[in-house]
Amino acid sequence: MEVTNGLNLKDTELRLGLPGAQEEQQLEVSCVRSNNKRKNNDSTEESAPPPAKTQIVGWPPVRSNRKNNNNKNVSYVKVSMDGAPYLRKIDLKMYKNYPELLKALENMFKFTVGEYSEREGYKGSGFVPTYEDKDGDWMLVGDVPWDMFSSSCQKLRIMKGSEAPTAL
Amino acid sequence: MTEEDSSAKMSEDVERYLKLNPPCSSSSSSSAVAFANKSGTFKSSSPPCPEHVLENVLESVLQFLTSRCDRNAVSLVCKSWYRVEAQTRFEVFIGNCYSLSPARLTHRFKGLRSIVLKGKPRFADFNLMPPNWGAQFAPWVVATAKAYPWLEKVHLKRMFVTDDDLALLADSFPGFKELTLVCCEGFGTSGIAVVANKCRQLKVLDLVESEVTDDEVDWISCFPEGESPLESLSFDCVESPINFNALEGLVVRSPFLKKLRTNRFVSLEELHRLMVRAPQLTSLGTGSFSPDNAPQGEQLPDYAAAFLACKSIVCLSGFREFRPEYLLAISPVCANLTSLNFSYANISPHMLNPIIRNCHNIRVFWALDSIRDEGLQAVAATCKELRELRIFPFDPREDSEGPVSGVGLQAISEGCRKLESILYFCQRMTNEAVTAMSENCPQLTVFRLCIMGRHRPDHVTGKPMDDGFGAIVKNCKKLTRLAVSGLLTDEAFSYIGEYGKLIRTLSVAFAGNSDKALRYVLEGCPKLQKLEIRDSPFGDAGLRSGMHRYCNMRFVWLSSCVLSLGGCRDVAQALPNVVVEVFGSDGDDDDDTVTGDYVETLYLYRSLDGPRKDAPKFVTIL
Repeated sequence: MEVTNGLNLKDTELRLGLPGAQEEQQLEVSCVRSNNKRKNNDSTEESAPPPAKTQIVGWPPVRSNRKNNNNKNVSYVKVSMDGAPYLRKIDLKMYKNYPELLKALENMFKFTVGEYSEREGYKGSGFVPTYEDKDGDWMLVGDVPWDMFSSSCQKLRIMKGSEAPTAL
Repeated sequence: MTEEDSSAKMSEDVERYLKLNPPCSSSSSSSAVAFANKSGTFKSSSPPCPEHVLENVLESVLQFLTSRCDRNAVSLVCKSWYRVEAQTRFEVFIGNCYSLSPARLTHRFKGLRSIVLKGKPRFADFNLMPPNWGAQFAPWVVATAKAYPWLEKVHLKRMFVTDDDLALLADSFPGFKELTLVCCEGFGTSGIAVVANKCRQLKVLDLVESEVTDDEVDWISCFPEGESPLESLSFDCVESPINFNALEGLVVRSPFLKKLRTNRFVSLEELHRLMVRAPQLTSLGTGSFSPDNAPQGEQLPDYAAAFLACKSIVCLSGFREFRPEYLLAISPVCANLTSLNFSYANISPHMLNPIIRNCHNIRVFWALDSIRDEGLQAVAATCKELRELRIFPFDPREDSEGPVSGVGLQAISEGCRKLESILYFCQRMTNEAVTAMSENCPQLTVFRLCIMGRHRPDHVTGKPMDDGFGAIVKNCKKLTRLAVSGLLTDEAFSYIGEYGKLIRTLSVAFAGNSDKALRYVLEGCPKLQKLEIRDSPFGDAGLRSGMHRYCNMRFVWLSSCVLSLGGCRDVAQALPNVVVEVFGSDGDDDDDTVTGDYVETLYLYRSLDGPRKDAPKFVTIL
């Protein structure tokens, strides 16, 4: 089928089957031709095979507050860190286990969490990740199995070691 | 409407005009001006000075002029009229906060009571603009705090507002009455708390689709004791729990409260208590619309009775986590409803039917596409007074199921002949349905169709969607706002240029074949003010074709098109009154300069005061 100005008109090809039944084309619209200076690694090269069904930034044009509300498969919790000026939010469903979660937190707030042991909690860094569960109790992250944690965690707080209450 | 474009251009003209120091205008079209000429000829020495008498008369007359378009025209008559108009203007609208400096505002207008200020362009809502781009409220609040101690109203859209800004606002304006923040960010509950506490005459506190950080401050408790002048309180976008007892107490002592929009942390039981306390409400945001606990048998509150008691409710929204079994409780108010917003509720046609059947007076209806074509048919059958319809996607992805289609669109067009504004998300569409709407709904001023699958043609004929959109611009003679989608060739844009003579706002995504399309629009649409385009094959030649227009437009946005740095520079050099910003989507701090020739995003806008001084590193102003 004709390709005008690099625009892919594959969609108007006559073929059997429903439109869009084939895999969606690339992340970047093929009309983009010149030097791309982009940091994103997914796509940009015209010659690279396009990833299937990739979501494009900002498309469809629905504001994020609408997207979050309708997607029942997210589990956003607030994360605060002692001394940090802003609260952040993360979606717990994006992580499968504690190491993944802790790594994400470390990246987000630029710190390292210490070595965890059941008996002594987190040692070695001065930062202690804690969470509030459904009953309103503050617990140490890692004390209960992951599934129990992810379903009961209401919010996260990364305490500075010296302030972490001994009760934890 | 041309208020804003007239405003800036006319201000420019006035500056030039005043520099040349011409005599009073001798236009004979206005009898008042003729009077000025006549009094000019008296030039005798008898006090009071005729010019002052005239100015007093003018002042009294101008009090009655509220339209900004009229006021802008008045200000151009002569120096004297310019002066008097500036003295008597109490409300100002600034469509782009970077089109002028705060100093220019405070220099010209000395007695403002109300300011409407808009910041970022709309595509910023969809992550197409890196964070920290700008649009800070800070310089504005600092300047107005000094200049307008009697300021009463501030309305901001897409501005970056900090808690400090809110604190300064609360401290600076003793008579402050109305704060509305739409799609704003940068502040939290602590900022809101200061406003609630210090603005003792606050009538309106509306937070709409804004991002509000949870600082864990009980802001509701910060409203002062005693009777409150509150008339409108909207916090449905605040994603943090509130102190319900404090809210209830506030509602009890707010006899003038008409609009209350609660957030999803307010349960059905709590809503019931609020409604019992405030039966005078006209607009209600129902919060979660879900009970806290499992029903306790005979303890169940009578929700329907609460709605029955609120006889004045004409506007309902919320339903953030609604439970279908309680939906029928709203039935008593359905016949009176003029506005119903179900756009956060996954409502099926089956749930919608018994409700919508009674909504004969609805003028505004927002919903998710979960209501399906069937639901739209039900709307079409009953809602003959419908003026505005918005259908949002429950699953906003390109390849999701498409529960609404041309069938629903056509049904609406046949049933709701008075329709003026539509926003419709779907997966696929036909030219036939779009054309039917163009023929059945001649009152349309806003037509925004988003076919979520990019480049999707008419799914029945396989042809581009050119004819459908062509019919819209041709038949809807009052159209001022248009958003296009689906597979579109340059031909669609030739129709827009030929027929879209009143279009002020145009949104384009993944459309067109060549620069011709852009040229058609820029040469053909004389009223075009706001042009936002993404991911379309438009380049330097297309950009250049609009050179004669950019001074008369509020802004042009082009992202992921085929622009080069050189082409953008040409525009910047040719148009000194236009600011040309170029940046990438990821806002990488490491990039001080744009490298390479490719321009990812171009954002240009006219400005009376030159390029802004607060641009972050990732923005290059050419």
